[in-house]
Amino acid sequence: MKTLATETLKTPMTTDFDPQDRGGPAQPLLVVNNLKKHFPVRGGFFAREKKFVHAVDGVSFAVAKGKTLGIVGESGCGKSTTARLIARLMAPDSGSMVFDGDGVAEYGGMALKEYRRNLQMVFQDSFASLNPRMTIVDTIAYGPQVHGMEAEKAMTEARELLSRVGLEPDQFASRYPHELSGGQRQRVNIARALAFHPRMVILDEAVAALDKSVQAQVLNLLQELKAENQLTYIFISHDLHVVHYISDEVMVMYLGQVVEQGPVEKIYSSAAHPYTRALLSAVPSMDPAHRTQHSPLSGDPPNPINPASGCRFCDRCEFTQDVCKSTTPSLKLVQGESEHVVACHMNDQHSGYTRQGAMR
Amino acid sequence: MDMNLSLTSSSIAAPTQSRSYWHVVARQLRHEPVAIASAFVLFLIVMAAVFAPWIAPADPFKASMLKRLLPIGSSGFWLGTDELGRDMMTRLMYGGRLSLVMGVVPVFAAFFIGTSIGLFAGYVGGRINMVIMRVLDVFYAFPSVLLAVAISGALGPGMSNSLIALTLVFVPQVVRVAESVTTQVRQLDYIEAARLSGASAFSIIRFHVLGNVLGPVFVYATGLLSVSMILASGLSFLGLGVKPPEPEWGLMLNTLRSAIYSNPWVAALPGALIFITSIAFNLLADGIRSAMDIRR
Repeated sequence: MKTLATETLKTPMTTDFDPQDRGGPAQPLLVVNNLKKHFPVRGGFFAREKKFVHAVDGVSFAVAKGKTLGIVGESGCGKSTTARLIARLMAPDSGSMVFDGDGVAEYGGMALKEYRRNLQMVFQDSFASLNPRMTIVDTIAYGPQVHGMEAEKAMTEARELLSRVGLEPDQFASRYPHELSGGQRQRVNIARALAFHPRMVILDEAVAALDKSVQAQVLNLLQELKAENQLTYIFISHDLHVVHYISDEVMVMYLGQVVEQGPVEKIYSSAAHPYTRALLSAVPSMDPAHRTQHSPLSGDPPNPINPASGCRFCDRCEFTQDVCKSTTPSLKLVQGESEHVVACHMNDQHSGYTRQGAMR
Repeated sequence: MDMNLSLTSSSIAAPTQSRSYWHVVARQLRHEPVAIASAFVLFLIVMAAVFAPWIAPADPFKASMLKRLLPIGSSGFWLGTDELGRDMMTRLMYGGRLSLVMGVVPVFAAFFIGTSIGLFAGYVGGRINMVIMRVLDVFYAFPSVLLAVAISGALGPGMSNSLIALTLVFVPQVVRVAESVTTQVRQLDYIEAARLSGASAFSIIRFHVLGNVLGPVFVYATGLLSVSMILASGLSFLGLGVKPPEPEWGLMLNTLRSAIYSNPWVAALPGALIFITSIAFNLLADGIRSAMDIRR
């Protein structure tokens, strides 16, 4: 598995001219700036103060063309909300997005419909994401028809896509979702996303519900499709093995914020945030000699309703000092690195943290 | 598998060769013997009503003082005669016309109006939804019989007024079913995926929401058919619906009331027909409900 990942990582950017590529290879395909979404909490009728769940709280990142960005984190850390915000299935409270140089849904920028043709999403629940009343070929052909493709052409393309994702069209095209297995349904969802000829696909826990062998098949299919169609992926998962395999870049989220981001090998070999460390040490090892001996983290994430200032991880962190409770750390480059950023006072010489490098 | 069943579909996602949903449902309905039997009974009743002028043995209005309240089985009058000596069989056939219309029309009207409101309220959600539903809850506060009587009474007697009254009684109920199903469907991932396709709200409702909402609402509305017939008969019985001498099952039940001791079997006939028809509607609805679950 690993060899394939490094291979794709080193695949050079295509030199062929792509008419869709407006910004050139150096322009990130998607830049997300300070994205925020706070959900109001229903207080009692007489509650004076409005409370908010800080689901996504100031998330910024960029995805380079042709790369895969993995987003990891515990349940409830805002991964899926981030995905829905990026896809604009939800309106963000604040923040902006730039898709290949064009502002998304802003004056003079890219229209939402055009943006959504370029950006597609595959959901976790393969069954709920297919209309139970539509045959799968109709489901795949629906999107392109929305964008003005003739029904007949859309059907032909849908059948081609079906065979591309490994489902024999003659056998599967007119089946209903309930007549397929989970892996087959997820292949249909992938085909549905690809029918738009998108440039970016968000995979929101797309393989999480599949069993291991099917997972591997679907992951390999995703890698092949990415190379064929010059796709860029945002891959959201809680499965660190899978993220390691498929990602070029990894972003770690905790309670609605980015705590660390960097190239996949950097994150997996020299994580700079105590939370990332804890996450990685929680991954079960294949070698019984290296079994996890003590619990890397205890407790649950703190309540995301109106979180206190300071580092959000400080309650669970073994290196906490006073500064962690009073000041919120911001993302800063890890010393001696050019792409690896972390939001931790231990990494910042001037933060007032006294035990620099205690984690190492 | 027979895959080439349907070649016609007006949807933009028209399948070129697929098994359309309704064909699957129809095929499954064939395996529901009770539903088939009910459909057959309903077919007979509807046919008798539709073709009453041609097949009825007598004139529904021709009274005869000499032949009043003949029992079932009398020669020339197989089902006896009513309190004015009119042929019961003829009047039951003619009565079916009005009774069925009163049963079907309000439900159909409420089905279209209610589904539209429910889809809108459920899909839009939020405050608009809340306002619509709370307003309709006012109608819900009254028992449906009382509400039908009240509206009918306010509008005045007459058939069209009772049709309006019954429609108004059923609309909130249909809205509620449609709204709750729409709210459930709306948050499923395939609606998100459809939104992601850039489709307009109308297109999403038309192709993704409607199809999945229609089933449960349709089944619910089929169940209302019998209620509607009984309510309509009730209105006529109270003198708010059809006026004599027009034959209508509810009204016939009313006028034959006086004969309940002298000739109970004849007096019970209109009631029996109301009963049979509504049971048949209900059983058919049950069959359709299970046939609509294509996941079997």
